[in-house]
Amino acid sequence: MTAVSMTVNGKPVSADTEDRTLLVYFLREELRLTGTHIGCDTSQCGACVVHVDGKAVKSCSLFAVQAQGAQVTTIEGLAKDGKLHPVQEAFRDNHGLQCGFCTPGMIMTAVDMIARKGVMDRQTIRHELEGNICRCTGYVNIVSAIEDASKRIAGPKDVNAEEKAA
Amino acid sequence: MIPYPFTYRRAGSVAEALAMLAANSEAKLLSGGQTLIAAMKMRLANPPELIDISGIRELNYIRVGGGTVAIGAATTHFEVATSAEVARAIPALAHLASIIGDPAVRYKGTLGGSVANNDPAADYPAAVLALGATVKTDRRSIAADDFFTGMFSTALEEGEIVTEVSFPVPQKSSYKKFQNPASRYAMVGVFAAKMKDGVRVAVTGAGPCVFRVPAMEAALAGDFSADAIAGIAVEADGMNSDIHGSAAYRAHLVGVMAKRAVAEAA
Repeated sequence: MTAVSMTVNGKPVSADTEDRTLLVYFLREELRLTGTHIGCDTSQCGACVVHVDGKAVKSCSLFAVQAQGAQVTTIEGLAKDGKLHPVQEAFRDNHGLQCGFCTPGMIMTAVDMIARKGVMDRQTIRHELEGNICRCTGYVNIVSAIEDASKRIAGPKDVNAEEKAA
Repeated sequence: MIPYPFTYRRAGSVAEALAMLAANSEAKLLSGGQTLIAAMKMRLANPPELIDISGIRELNYIRVGGGTVAIGAATTHFEVATSAEVARAIPALAHLASIIGDPAVRYKGTLGGSVANNDPAADYPAAVLALGATVKTDRRSIAADDFFTGMFSTALEEGEIVTEVSFPVPQKSSYKKFQNPASRYAMVGVFAAKMKDGVRVAVTGAGPCVFRVPAMEAALAGDFSADAIAGIAVEADGMNSDIHGSAAYRAHLVGVMAKRAVAEAA
């Protein structure tokens, strides 16, 4: 067993865990943060995406010991003071989910891509979503939600600029 | 899925990693882990000890100058894909890195890990071989033509650590991949490069190991255009054949992707 410490959703956490414990199991079973899902468990589906030091990674393909000292954000950490994150709001408003199983990973991936790319066209969003699979095949509304969210996060100034350009 | 038990150790320097490897000959190096961890979960790999080299600062850099792009082994695909310096010097290399796997994989996966693993369908080996790059290790420099020796096999010795890959800057180059729609691995990927002393064409995904196509290189040396290789067929014998495509299909794709790569580069 190894003592592992990290900051999860702003709170310091420590636990003794086996070196072979994957980060996703550490989050779900040790910390009881079950919003992060296990889908394919072969690093293809993206249901387990969380942020480690600000980067969206697959927590099924990373050992908890590798995240020693890291800042980890899960889906539970996005809403602030009872208010949903703009990406969560956009998923709700655009009906960006059906069964909802892939949604935590989709949203964590979306937050990362918007931070890197800002307002994107639909083709770029689809390329950036290559590591996330929706078994309901609800991609049209997921892409719409991310497109909408990217504009909300960019703010009214950028949206106006886009409208003027159009 | 849970791997067999192992001991995890983190190396702070190449010297420290070498000492750890010397102390346990069965230990494996862990870099981005996007192949190794998946293999361990499937219990196809069972190392008793993992030595994590992903945090070694001396292995994380991109240096452009003197006609080469030198990239440290622990540099991630994301870092290469988003490097303005790489994009200016060898745009095809930045593009190649930007289409490996998916964004989450690119944040973790590294250049050194990719070349040391030498997956038959990995992208980087095509660039390393086509550009005639040099793979540097803790003890020597290995030419690309000598480095990739077979399926998942390289010239690396036991306990040897890749530290850098140095890519000569070509006059023109392009990488075209026909990707598996699920895994994003190359069904066939062709990297074509016009160097100052000749043309090199390398193919990944099609065979058990990345390989060059001398007939195309000779034709392109005189006329660097897609038309110059239009009549060159590649033998299906020895190509990979699986549920994703037959050997004949892959052989045909080599010609198609090579023409597209040359057309884009020319």
